[in-house]
Amino acid sequence: MATTGLRGIAGYLLKSLTRLILVLAAVSVISFVLVSESPIDPVKAYVGEVGLANMNQETYAKLEAYFGTNVSPAKRYLNWVGDFARGDMGQSLLYRQPVSTVIKEKFGNTMALMLLAWVLSGVGAFVLGLTAGVFQGSWLDRIIKNYSLVLASAPTFWLALVALMVFSVWLKIFPIGFSVPLGVSSSEVTIWDSLYHLILPALTLSLAGNASITLHTREKVIDIMGEDYILYARSRGQKLWPMVKGHVIRNVTLPAITLQFASISEIFGGSVLVEQVFSFPGLGQAAVRAGIGGDAPLLLGIAIISAAIVFGGNVAANILYGLIDPKIRRRGRDA
Amino acid sequence: MEATNADILSLPTKRAFNKRTLTISLTAFTALAILAILIGGFLSTEKASQTSFLHKNHPPGTEHILGTDWLGRDMLARTLKGLSISVLIGLGASAVSALLALVLGVASATLGGKIDSLVSWGVDVVMGLPHLILLILISYALGKGLMGVTIAVAITHWPNLTRVIRAEIIQLKSSYFILIPQKLGHGPFYLATRHMLPHVFPQFLVGLILLFPHAILHEASVTFLGFGLSPEQPGIGIILSESMKYLSLGYWWLSVYPGLALLATVLLFDRLGHLVRDLIDPHAAND
Repeated sequence: MATTGLRGIAGYLLKSLTRLILVLAAVSVISFVLVSESPIDPVKAYVGEVGLANMNQETYAKLEAYFGTNVSPAKRYLNWVGDFARGDMGQSLLYRQPVSTVIKEKFGNTMALMLLAWVLSGVGAFVLGLTAGVFQGSWLDRIIKNYSLVLASAPTFWLALVALMVFSVWLKIFPIGFSVPLGVSSSEVTIWDSLYHLILPALTLSLAGNASITLHTREKVIDIMGEDYILYARSRGQKLWPMVKGHVIRNVTLPAITLQFASISEIFGGSVLVEQVFSFPGLGQAAVRAGIGGDAPLLLGIAIISAAIVFGGNVAANILYGLIDPKIRRRGRDA
Repeated sequence: MEATNADILSLPTKRAFNKRTLTISLTAFTALAILAILIGGFLSTEKASQTSFLHKNHPPGTEHILGTDWLGRDMLARTLKGLSISVLIGLGASAVSALLALVLGVASATLGGKIDSLVSWGVDVVMGLPHLILLILISYALGKGLMGVTIAVAITHWPNLTRVIRAEIIQLKSSYFILIPQKLGHGPFYLATRHMLPHVFPQFLVGLILLFPHAILHEASVTFLGFGLSPEQPGIGIILSESMKYLSLGYWWLSVYPGLALLATVLLFDRLGHLVRDLIDPHAAND
C-alpha cells in the first residue's frame, strides 16, 4: 500500500512538473510581452529627462545597445528564454548585477518574512475560526467575526503604516524599518538582530492575511456543527472538547489546508506592500523598484519566481491532501 | 452552545429588522454614501490642492476637521477627493471585470471545446501569478496613469467570477428548460440570452458587488506603490504614500483618516454583497 501511494505521488509530481513548465512558459510570454509593450523608455528612466537632454548621440546609442531597445521583441524573447533556461536571468539594469544574484540576495529575506507570517496567520486563523464556529452566536463569535470582517477590508499597506506608527514611532518597541540595524557591518549582524527586525513586518503581514481565512474556516466549522454526526455525538452526551477534537478538527483540516495554501498568492502580494512600508529589502521591494525604474530583466525574473512559488504552494497542498485524506489515498490505490 | 429541545422547538424570534429590510436599507445607504463621496470629491477638487502656508501641519481641530498636511492642504477635502477618485476607478474596473467574466463564463460553458480550454488556461495563468505582481506588470506595460490602473485592475479580477458563472451554466445545460428549446431548434445565442443569463444574473450581481472591494483595495495598493496616479490626482494610495514621509514626525492624522475612510467604503460594499448573496441564495446564509 505504501509503495502504491508513493508511486501515485511520484506520478502526480511528474504531471505537475509538466503543468508547472506550461504555466511558467505562459507567464513568461505574457510578462515579456507586457514588459516590452511598456511606453516607459528604459534609457529615459535610467538617465532621467535632464540627463537625456544633455546627452550626445553617441552615448545615447551606446545606452540603447546596453538596454537592447534596438532589437526586435521576438528575438529578445528567444534570447532571454534561452539564457533563462541555462540559469542566466540577465543583468539587472538598476542594481548593475546579474538578476540571479539580486534575486538570491532578496529571496532569503522575503522567504523568512513570508514563512513566518504564513505560519502565524495560518495557526491564528485556524484557532480563531474554530473557536468562532464552535461557539457560533456567542459574544466570542461575534467579536471574532466582526474583528475579521473589519480586518479583511483594511488595506494591507495601511495596516503596516498604522503598525509602524504605533509600535515604532510612539512606543519605540520595534525598529522603524530595514532587515538589519543601520550602521553596523554585515558581519556583526546577529540572527537576533534580523529576527527583531522581522517581527513587526511579519506580524502585520499575518494580520492582513488571516482575516479571510478565519471567516472561511468559521463557515466550514458551522457547516460541520450542523451535521448529523455532531447531533449524534451530542445525544450520546459527549463532552465538547472530545467532540471538537474527534469530529470538527478532523473534518475542517482539509478545507483549512486548501485555504492556507491558496493564500500564498495573497501573502506574496501583501509582502510587496509590507516590504515597501518597512523598507524591508526583499523581492517585493526589488519588484517595485524595477517597475518604476524600467528594469525589465529584474521585473521578469521576479514575476517568474513568484509564479513558481504560487505553483509550488498548490502542488504542496495537493500532496498534503493525499497524505491526510484517507478517501484520496484509497482512490489512488484503486486506480 | 448546547442546542436543547427548547431551542429547536421554540418559534423563531421576530427581529425588529429582518434581513430583507436590512439589505434594502443598506443598499440605499451605500448608494447615498457613494453619491455623497462623488459629489463631495467633485466639490472639493479645488480645495484639495489649495496650499496655505499659514496652516501647515495642523492636527485635526475645529477649523480643519481632519487637519492639514505639510503644504497646508485641508485633509478632509483631500480625503474626499481621493476617495472619489478611488471609488470611480473601483466602480469602472469592477464593472468591466464582471462583464468580462460574464461573457467569458457564458462563452466557455456554452461553446465548450477550444474556447473552453482557452478560457480555463487564461484563468490558470492569471491566477498563477500573485495579483499584485500582475498588476505591477500591467501598469508597467500600460504606462502609469488613470487609464493604466483601471485597465490593470479590470483585467486581473475576472477569473473567480468566470469560474462561478461557468460552473453555474454547465449545471443549467442539463435542465429541461434548456434542453427543450434546444430540441425545438433555437440557437446557442438565443438560449444564452433568453434562458441562461436570467438564471446567472443574481450570481453576476453578487459577484459584481463583491468585486468592488477587491478592485478598490488593489487600486489603492498599486497607486501606493507608485504605479498609478500622478501626485496631482490624489487617490487614497497617493495620499497614504505621501504620508509615509511624515510618519516619524508624528503627523498621524495624515495616514489614519484617509485609511479609515477607505476601510469604511470597502467594508460597506463587502457587507452589502454578502447580504444580497444571503437573500438570493438561502444556503449561503450562515451568519
